[in-house]
Amino acid sequence: MGTEAMLGLTGKDFVILAADGQAAYSIIRLKNDADKIWKVGKMLFACSGPPADAGNFMEFIEKNVILNELRTGIPMSTKAAASFTRNELAHALRKGPFQTDLLVAGVDNDGPSLYFMDYLASSEKVNKAAHGYGAMFTLGLMDRYWKPNMEEAEAIDIIKKCIKELETRFIVELPNFKCKIVNKDGVKEVKL
Amino acid sequence: MVVAAIDMSFMEDPSRFCKSHFREDEEGDFEAEMRPEPLSFAMAPVANPKTFCLDMKKTGEAPGLMDFKKGTTTLGFVFQGGIIIAVDSRASMGSYIGSQTVKKVIEINDFLLGTMAGGAADCSFWERHLARLCRMHELREKERISVAAASKLLANIFWQYRGQGLSCGTMVAGWDKKGPSLYMVDDQGDRHKGNVFSVGSGSTFAYGVLDTGYRHDLTVEEAVELGRRSIYHATHRDGASGGVVRVYHVHEKGWTKVIGGEDVNKLHYMYAAEKGLRGDE
Repeated sequence: MGTEAMLGLTGKDFVILAADGQAAYSIIRLKNDADKIWKVGKMLFACSGPPADAGNFMEFIEKNVILNELRTGIPMSTKAAASFTRNELAHALRKGPFQTDLLVAGVDNDGPSLYFMDYLASSEKVNKAAHGYGAMFTLGLMDRYWKPNMEEAEAIDIIKKCIKELETRFIVELPNFKCKIVNKDGVKEVKL
Repeated sequence: MVVAAIDMSFMEDPSRFCKSHFREDEEGDFEAEMRPEPLSFAMAPVANPKTFCLDMKKTGEAPGLMDFKKGTTTLGFVFQGGIIIAVDSRASMGSYIGSQTVKKVIEINDFLLGTMAGGAADCSFWERHLARLCRMHELREKERISVAAASKLLANIFWQYRGQGLSCGTMVAGWDKKGPSLYMVDDQGDRHKGNVFSVGSGSTFAYGVLDTGYRHDLTVEEAVELGRRSIYHATHRDGASGGVVRVYHVHEKGWTKVIGGEDVNKLHYMYAAEKGLRGDE
């Protein structure tokens, strides 16, 4: 678990993800505007871990999801993409793992769905999720305020509450949270 | 007596160890040349070459193996007038100063520069290899390689050898169709695009000066001075950095060497004098 924070919530017809913008090397902050939320097909993947692992793994997943669509002519469902990703993590686990923790979000015929995945290749469909030390401060908040069928404004409000809490209680300052929403029309970035 | 857990039989026939992937009669095998040469870079002929160095270290028969003696300060930043690259020139071997006149900026081609921090052999070998790959790209595609692609070639090599003991912290800077760009690539396979980077044992000191003085609208003169000053302050506090400061400027027409080598002692007294001090207080 690194000094990072990635958050995710499901809403009425969308999923919202947020991640900090820090890329660190040892105790040095290399970057404070990193984008850890990747667009994969029509889905969003938030990926934390060593930047090299995250970059290589996400590029691999992204290209394979696209390849699958080109081959079959059918876009992957969120569930299928999550299963595929989990499977790749499971295979990598016994041969120098990718140390990547993920949140997989997408909206398809099954509605909005959010998957929580860690580098040990566990995968769980959830309504609210968080990774990194940030999770310890924000999961309680999300449990308290999350409710079914939320509108976008309500979900953004919870994300804002979580970031505020991290600023007040977490000793590490995580800069520049990026927040993105995926719905049936595609993905968009939200200014917090 | 330590029981040798490793098959050392290859020592009896050293030629087996230095066998190359490339044969002399091989002609025009471009595919083989483009490979990041895991095959020509001979692996230790033991059961598990990946952990060879670590296994050797554990036997205690090779004291000092893998204990890299390194120390450096290098920095680079993007500004209105292009990119400034500034480096020190000390090579340390533990507490011994091996050289004060090392060239830590590698001139990959007329539009690309690389910096070296970490193991000198690893950095210079792989950046020269990168230079070859960039030239091959130029010949094939009839246009210069982008900085993004060049840095990715290097990052992919480091990724392949990850955890096998390479020691490199490099910056790749250059000017391509998109304008100036600066990448930081290291032995863990990390690759970051950014505006301000510093790499090496003195980097924390350099960052302090660099971050406070950095603005995008710096003039070229101001930017060169900021690079020089940041390196000076790093050499002042970091025992493993020193020698002379070298500064390069990357611009639209390629790069120019702005400061070929300026003694940090001279800078010390110069900066002291600016504050009205003698420099030996």
